Amino acid sequence: MDQILGNIGLLLEFPVVNLKIVLDGIMVGALFALAAYGLALVWGVMNVKNLAQGDFVISGGYVSWWLVQHGFPALLGVPIAFVVMWGIGWVVYKLVISRVIERDLFTSLLATFGLAIMMAQILNLLFGSDTQSVDLDYDVLYFFDGFIDVPIAKLIGVLMATALAAGVIIFMKSSRMGQAIRATAQDARAARVMGIDTEKVYAFTFSLNSAICGAAGAIIVMVWVIQPFYGISYSIRAFVIVTAAGLGNLPGVIAAGLGIGALEQYGAHIFGIGYQQAIAVMLLLLVLLVRLIQQRRNRQVLK
Amino acid sequence: MKKLSMLSILMAVVSLTFSQASLAACDEIHLGSAISLTGKYATNGIHAKNGYEYAIQKIKENGGVMVDGKCYNFKVTYYDDESKGDRGATLAERLISQDKVQYMLGPYSSGMTKAIAPVTEKYKIPMVEAEGASRSLFNKGYKYLFAVLSTSEQYLASAVTLAAEMAEKQGKKASSVKVAIAVENDPFSLDIRAGVSEDAARYGMKVVIDEKLPRDLSDMSAILTKVKLLKPDLLIVSGHSKGAATAVRQIDEQNIKVPMIAITHCEAADVTGKFGDAANDILCSTQWAETLAYKDPLFGSASEYEMDFKKVYSEYKDKKVPYQTAQATAAVYVFKDAFERAGSLDKEKVRDAISETDLMTFYGGIKFSAAGNNVAKPMVLRQIQDGKYNVVAPSAFASHKLNWPRK
Repeated sequence: MDQILGNIGLLLEFPVVNLKIVLDGIMVGALFALAAYGLALVWGVMNVKNLAQGDFVISGGYVSWWLVQHGFPALLGVPIAFVVMWGIGWVVYKLVISRVIERDLFTSLLATFGLAIMMAQILNLLFGSDTQSVDLDYDVLYFFDGFIDVPIAKLIGVLMATALAAGVIIFMKSSRMGQAIRATAQDARAARVMGIDTEKVYAFTFSLNSAICGAAGAIIVMVWVIQPFYGISYSIRAFVIVTAAGLGNLPGVIAAGLGIGALEQYGAHIFGIGYQQAIAVMLLLLVLLVRLIQQRRNRQVLK
Repeated sequence: MKKLSMLSILMAVVSLTFSQASLAACDEIHLGSAISLTGKYATNGIHAKNGYEYAIQKIKENGGVMVDGKCYNFKVTYYDDESKGDRGATLAERLISQDKVQYMLGPYSSGMTKAIAPVTEKYKIPMVEAEGASRSLFNKGYKYLFAVLSTSEQYLASAVTLAAEMAEKQGKKASSVKVAIAVENDPFSLDIRAGVSEDAARYGMKVVIDEKLPRDLSDMSAILTKVKLLKPDLLIVSGHSKGAATAVRQIDEQNIKVPMIAITHCEAADVTGKFGDAANDILCSTQWAETLAYKDPLFGSASEYEMDFKKVYSEYKDKKVPYQTAQATAAVYVFKDAFERAGSLDKEKVRDAISETDLMTFYGGIKFSAAGNNVAKPMVLRQIQDGKYNVVAPSAFASHKLNWPRK
C-alpha cells in the first residue's frame, strides 16, 4: 500500500512523468489498435472470433527478425512481413477458417484456439524459445532534462502503424473490394444476392487481417521483444479493445487502443509492472459489465 | 605373518615392474547418475556428463582414488531421464535397488534434483550434485545431498557486497546505498530477490524499488522511469533472457544512469551481440569463469582445466567450456577427496567425509553447510567491458578492475 501511495506521490511530484507515461502508452497503444482493427474486421465480416490474433502478430515479428538475420534492412521487414503474412493468412483461411465460418461460435473459438497453440509451437520449433529483437541503430530524442525519451525507432514504428491504418481505412472506403467487404459485413446473404462473391471476400478479409497483424509484429520486434509464446498478450488486448469499442467503429478502436496503452502504463506505474496486463483484463470485465447493463432491455436468445 | 609380508613385498615388486598392469588392476567404485541426455535439458545435461567423464579419466590417469591403501577408479552408470522429473525419480530408484549403486552424482537442473533427492534420501545414498541451485533443495533437512555450486539466492547477492565496497571507497557508508530490484515472479528469480534483499538488509541499505516482472515481459519502461526519479545506486534485474534483453535495450533508450547494474542471463540473451555498446559495464553473474585464479593439484588452474578439457573434448574447441561442465568435474573431485579421507567404502563413512569436505579446487572452494550447500565459493560477477565478459568480483580472484560508476 505504501508503495502504491509512494508511486502516486511521484506522479504528483514530477508532473512531467505523466506526459512520459501517456506518450509511452500511446506508442504501445497504436500497435494494439492495429491488431484490434484486424480482429474487428474478421469478427464483423465473417463472425469469427480469432483467438490466434496475437500469434499472427508474433509470426510477423519473426518474419522480420529472420530477414534482418539474413542481411535485409530492418525497415524493409514491415512490408515484407505484410506480404508474407498475407500469404500465410490465405493458407490458414483455406485450411481452417473457411470450414468454421458457417458453424456456431464455439467451433470457431475452438478452431482458432487450436490454431494459436499450433502457431506458437511451430515458432518455438523453428526459432527456439529465446526472446528476439531487432535493434535499429537510431538515436533517441530527449526532452525535459532527459525525462522524456522518444527513440526514433519507436517514432518510425508509430508512423508506420499510422500510415498502415490510414491506408486500410482509405482502401475500405473507396475501393470496390472495400465496398464488397462492408456489404458482406452488413448482410452476407443480401451481398450474395447482389452478386458479391462472399467466399472471395472472406478469404481476402482474413488475409488482410493476417497481413495487418504481420506488419504490426514487424514493428513490435523493432521496438520491444518477441518470443513464441507472447501471442496471447496481444490477443487479449485486441479482444479488450474490440469489446470496448464495438465492431465496425474504427475511430472507437483507435481511441480504445491508445487509451488502453496509456491506462496500462499508469497501472504499471502505480501498482507495479506485474499488474500491467491485469489492468487490461479488469477493463474487459468492466466493459462487459457496462454492456450487460446497457443491453439488459434487449436480451436475445442464443440460436 | 612372515608369509603375508613376503607376499606383499612380492606384490609390490610385481606392481612396480608392471606398472601398466597395476593401473588396470585398480578396483572400481560404482557411481550412478540419471541425467538429461534428451529433452529440454539435453544440452546442459550433456555438458554435465562430459564434466563427470573428464574428471573420472583425469583421476584414472593420476593414480586413481586411494582408499585405505587400495586403488580404485570411478565408473558411472548413466540413465537418460528425458528431462522429466518422474522419470528421474524412477531411474534413481532403479540405480539404487537394481544396479546396487551406493553413491550418486546429480542430474541437471534444480527441478530434476528435487525429483531425485527424496529417493536418495530414502535409501541413505550420498549424492553430490553440481547442477541444482534452488535454495528450496537445502531447507528440507536432506542429509545425503551435497551441492558444489552456489545456490540461487547468491546469484546477484555479490553485487550488493560490491556496491557496499564501492560506497566505502567513496568515503560513504554502505547503508547509504539505495537498491532497486526488478525480478520475475518465478521461483528462481524470487530466490535471487531473497538473497539480494537479505544482504541489503544486513548492510542497512534501503530498497527503493521492489517490483515483480510479468512472465510475458516486453516493456519495463514504467520501472525504469521510477529508477530515473529515485536514483538508486544499484539496479538488480532478473527475468531470464527476456528480462535481460528488455532491460539492456530500455536502459539504453531511456538513458538510465545507475552506477551499478547487475542482471542474470546475459549470455542466453546475447546482450553483447544484440545491443553492442549498450551492454557495456553491466554486471552479469556466473558460477565459474576460466579466468579465475583458483587452482588445485589435480586439475591445475581454472584456465589449465579449460585448455586440457578442450584437448579431450574437441567439440568445445571454438567455444568456452561452460560452468556446468566445470562444476560437474568438481563434484567428482569431491567424491575422490571424500573416499580418500574416509578410508572406507562404507556409504555412511563416505557421507560423513563429504560433509567434512574443505577443499580448494580449480572451480573454487568447497565446504558444505549442514544443509548441504557449498558455502566456500562466492558467485562470480563479470562485467561487460568493450563487449567482453571480464571477471571483476570476487576481487581477490578477479582478472579485471571494475568500471564504476557505469556511464
